[in-house]
Amino acid sequence: MILVGKDTKVLVQGITGGAGSFHAKQMLEYGTKVVSGCTPGRGGEKFEGKVPVFNTVAQAVKETGADTSCIFVPPPGAADAILEAFDAGCSLVVCITEGIPVMDMIKVRRVLETLPKGKRLIGPNCPGIITPGACKIGIMPGHIHKAGHIGVVSRSGTLTYEAVGQLTALGIGQSTCIGIGGDPVAGMDFVDVLELFQADPDTHGVIMIGEIGGGAEERAATFIKEKMNKPVACFIAGTTAPPGKRMGHAGAIIAGGKGTAAEKIKALEAAGARVAPTPSDMATTLQAMMR
Amino acid sequence: MKIHEYQAKALFAKYGLPIPKGVPAFSVDEAEAAAKKLLAETGSPVVVVKAQIHAGGRGKGGGVKVVKGGAADARQVAEKMLGMQLVTHQTGPEGQKVRRLYVEQGLEMVRELYLGAVVDRDRRRVAIMASTEGGVEIEKVAAETPEKILTIHVDPIVGLSPYQARKLAFGLGLEAHGKETVGHFGKVVAALYKLMVQEDCSLCEINPLVVLKTGEVVALDGKINFDDNADFRHKEWNDQRDVDEEDPVELEAKHAGLNYVSLDGNVGCLVNGAGLAMATMDIIKHVGGGQGVTPANFLDVGGGATQDQVTKAFKMILHSPKVKAIFVNIFGGIMKCDVIASGVVAAAKEMGLQVPLVVRLEGTNVELGRKILAESGLAIQAATTMADGAAKIVAAVTKGRAA
Repeated sequence: MILVGKDTKVLVQGITGGAGSFHAKQMLEYGTKVVSGCTPGRGGEKFEGKVPVFNTVAQAVKETGADTSCIFVPPPGAADAILEAFDAGCSLVVCITEGIPVMDMIKVRRVLETLPKGKRLIGPNCPGIITPGACKIGIMPGHIHKAGHIGVVSRSGTLTYEAVGQLTALGIGQSTCIGIGGDPVAGMDFVDVLELFQADPDTHGVIMIGEIGGGAEERAATFIKEKMNKPVACFIAGTTAPPGKRMGHAGAIIAGGKGTAAEKIKALEAAGARVAPTPSDMATTLQAMMR
Repeated sequence: MKIHEYQAKALFAKYGLPIPKGVPAFSVDEAEAAAKKLLAETGSPVVVVKAQIHAGGRGKGGGVKVVKGGAADARQVAEKMLGMQLVTHQTGPEGQKVRRLYVEQGLEMVRELYLGAVVDRDRRRVAIMASTEGGVEIEKVAAETPEKILTIHVDPIVGLSPYQARKLAFGLGLEAHGKETVGHFGKVVAALYKLMVQEDCSLCEINPLVVLKTGEVVALDGKINFDDNADFRHKEWNDQRDVDEEDPVELEAKHAGLNYVSLDGNVGCLVNGAGLAMATMDIIKHVGGGQGVTPANFLDVGGGATQDQVTKAFKMILHSPKVKAIFVNIFGGIMKCDVIASGVVAAAKEMGLQVPLVVRLEGTNVELGRKILAESGLAIQAATTMADGAAKIVAAVTKGRAA
């Protein structure tokens, strides 16, 4: 497992909002240690009768020892929420919010550069991170997961569930599954996660799910070639996507002829990863590599 | 979101970026009046009539005409241009109808340059690119002679530093036009960066940026794309939107809170999640491409769609005459399978199901969802996996052709 486990203490920013309260409850039911919440102006309340709510993240961290934040704050305040979480000392921030302006994220990334190594952002516009049976932070359906030794990293939410569902159906469990999100400027990218999976003795193989747009898959290919000895099976979504059109995710766009699925598949195959021919073959492709 | 050249230039002017004198025109009369006004004001015998569509490459398609015969001549050009289907490499073969014109003063230039600001997602910075190869497609320059593109990255906290603009100016050899030109260019770069950030652009391009005989620098063209995510802080964008330039179905989907992109194929797709929606298109083409079975659309109903949204989405697909079969592919996480199933059944019953429907449901409440479909009395083919679903949908389309 990487980044989160049974001792991770989670704070939920936006815990009193619609999405925040729904998913905080789901996380609690999964067994995640949700120790506090933050909604400015709602300090002193108790969520579900037991989780204390604070006005600032700094207070929440000081009083409850939270080390990880999960953000459900709407787009206008989401970048600010990320900065507040890091300022309060959180080492991991998971931002679920979809629709944060790219200029805001450019500033957040700039601040991240000034923080010590080990401070990490996952997302935004992502399903979150789960170590099955230990800790679920985000919006993924917990019940489809099974504890085991395969790492999953993806730019897409439901396609992650698809891969997890296929693995579990084959009886193959997962060490940790991370959705890094579909935005053009975000926190951890494939290389950051692959580095952790490679170093994690508990992870024996990886499924990586990319999509059109940007160069993150190409950078991952270089890392796989030079630094990884664990098998990596991939799928790249968007082979049929037309150029110049944003395919749902802000980052899923072929711009100026760059960022096509074909280029990414070529780079990954040349690096020794195996690319599943269809999204139905993600788990079986990895299984074949591990035999 | 995209805007027209004349709208981009209005923003340029707001930020102090020099532009030629120009007047937008929505009719032939307005175009003639605009030409008359510009000829009188500038004393130059030349105006340029430019078709306003969102696609690039207008010049080659006949959408930019230099007029030397006065206002009457401008009128004739406008008559031809307004209402024409302008075909460029970005419009597709059907072209885009011209509904708006921009009439602009003619300028004598000594040099054409390229200047553009983009979000460099790999470097997580705004990048400003400049090139001596102005007036041509920058993608072509990037592919063929990348050494001719100069790039700087701006630190969002420090902002653009004057040395960075000088680096571009001297890199382009602008000192050849006089010391003032280097200064003029620096101001243009600073204005461009400020506009890019404050107006939440994802792209802001001047191609060409021209150097005049006087050594002044002027934006001869302008292209701006806005970052849709920032629309909550730019209410003024509503007035800039030209719905004629957008796909009507995509627009309708947007109002319903759905992500929809029209494609050329014959299988309607209804999927939850952007990645899964793309993957669904991919697997349909993978299995059926050889037999002419391809996706008709990208449709992501999102992670938290309601029954009502699903019904709307389904109706949208059924409305399209090119759709010969429908593939519903749902991995219910947050979105429960029974919600999807109820939405599909409600829409199908209301609209009448004229084409084969294949449904693959997986995830939360899957048994309940499958039960709703089975008991609906509709001719729905259930699929167990994406591959199974794709095989069934391809079989349905090819069988329909034979019949």
